[in-house]
Amino acid sequence: MSKPTRYTRTAMTLHWLMALLIFAAFPLGVYMHELPLSPTKLQLYSYHKWIGVTLLGLIVLRIVWRLRHAPPPLPEQMPDWQKRASAATHHLLYLLLVAVPMSGWLMSSAKGFQTVWLGVLPLPDLVEKNKELGVALAELHEGLNIVLLVLVALHLAAVVKHQFIDRDDILSRMLPKGNRP
Amino acid sequence: MKTLFALVLGLLCNPASALVFDQVQPSENTLTFAYKQMGVLLDGKFKRYNAQVSFDPAKLGSAQARIEIELASIDTGSTEADEEVVGKKWFNAKTYPTASFVASSIKALGGNRYEASGKLSIKGRTLDVIAPVSFQQSGARGVFDGSFILKRLDYAIGEGEWADVTTVANEIQIRFHFIVNAAPSKK
Ligand code: HEM
Ligand code: HEM
Repeated sequence: MSKPTRYTRTAMTLHWLMALLIFAAFPLGVYMHELPLSPTKLQLYSYHKWIGVTLLGLIVLRIVWRLRHAPPPLPEQMPDWQKRASAATHHLLYLLLVAVPMSGWLMSSAKGFQTVWLGVLPLPDLVEKNKELGVALAELHEGLNIVLLVLVALHLAAVVKHQFIDRDDILSRMLPKGNRP
Repeated sequence: MKTLFALVLGLLCNPASALVFDQVQPSENTLTFAYKQMGVLLDGKFKRYNAQVSFDPAKLGSAQARIEIELASIDTGSTEADEEVVGKKWFNAKTYPTASFVASSIKALGGNRYEASGKLSIKGRTLDVIAPVSFQQSGARGVFDGSFILKRLDYAIGEGEWADVTTVANEIQIRFHFIVNAAPSKK
């Protein structure tokens, strides 16, 4: 059997579902943070935390899946540095997809606001309530999010480059068959 | 006959019951509350309040309790919320700086359990409340523990958009833990 040339359906589903949720969680995080205290703000904080925790669950599945299903090999003609850059970015993205929601969960615990996923599943508080720690973790959450933003921008720039400059089949590897150019 | 015997025995073995517990120990007391926000249980406390209690388990008819709470001393757990709740829509603490509870009667429920009824005034509104209270006595030291549910909308605590109880629940559990000692006998 020849080597796979595309990501598995599961990998694709997880990739796109998570991308969608991140594109929701991120602006929501920035927006809610600026709001004056109101019921809407409290609701948005909850929704943000629910989406974030969902992402944390999904990334665990995704990493487990990834360890068992190697991605399709990159095109032969791709220069080595690009292959290395691609691998490095992807690994960092995985790292951040764990670190960002974990820092959020830790922050919420430190601030004394427990996370109850979808309003039904209470998550344990990871640390004792501690104001200074809460503030520090909020800054960590923000900092990690900026790194995430930069990496996703880089990721998207790479997709654009592959699609329109290199004109290789990189994007289609992550797309369902029907959409294959 | 049996009850008389028990009564006499009680008096003999429990002379402490003649004590009047009226020395409130502010440094040991706590006045806390718990509520649900977006389904998440949160709690907070009041830091400043003034309590006057006079309680003789043998003379419930003359029992007295009066608590004045400085609303601005609230600690909800977050600075943002502390600033919000003293505002007009919540306590309106500028106009109504204190809340007060004045007990009107105390009923024995058996054992160390009692029921205190009284008037709770917050934000210009006065309503009857009933709170179960336990009283633990060890020598001259008396410990009162009790809690009751306050429905915040009864007092218009949280008006306008905050009247929505799906975000901040209507039921607020108030819990008190008061240490009130008995004065050494003056006789
Ligand atoms: C991948 C998932 C997540 C992303 C992309 C994300 C993104 C963000 C962003 C961009 C902000 C705004 C930062 C700022 O402007 O200071 C933010 C704030 C926040 N996030 Fe997340 N977040 C995620 C997961 C979580 C989780 C799981 C929790 C908690 C369980 C959480 C709790 C919070 C809180 C409480 C804030 C507000 C911080 C504050 O008020 O200072 N986040 N998030
Ligand atoms: C928050 C947004 C995103 C994150 C966190 C993210 C993360 C990742 C990660 C970690 C991989 C590596 C998969 C692996 O090899 O195991 C990947 C692959 C890929 N992503 Fe994204 N992605 C995001 C958004 C997007 C978007 C919007 C696009 C397209 C416009 C895209 C296109 C791709 C493609 C084409 C691949 C496959 C690369 C290859 O063939 O090696 N991603 N993504």
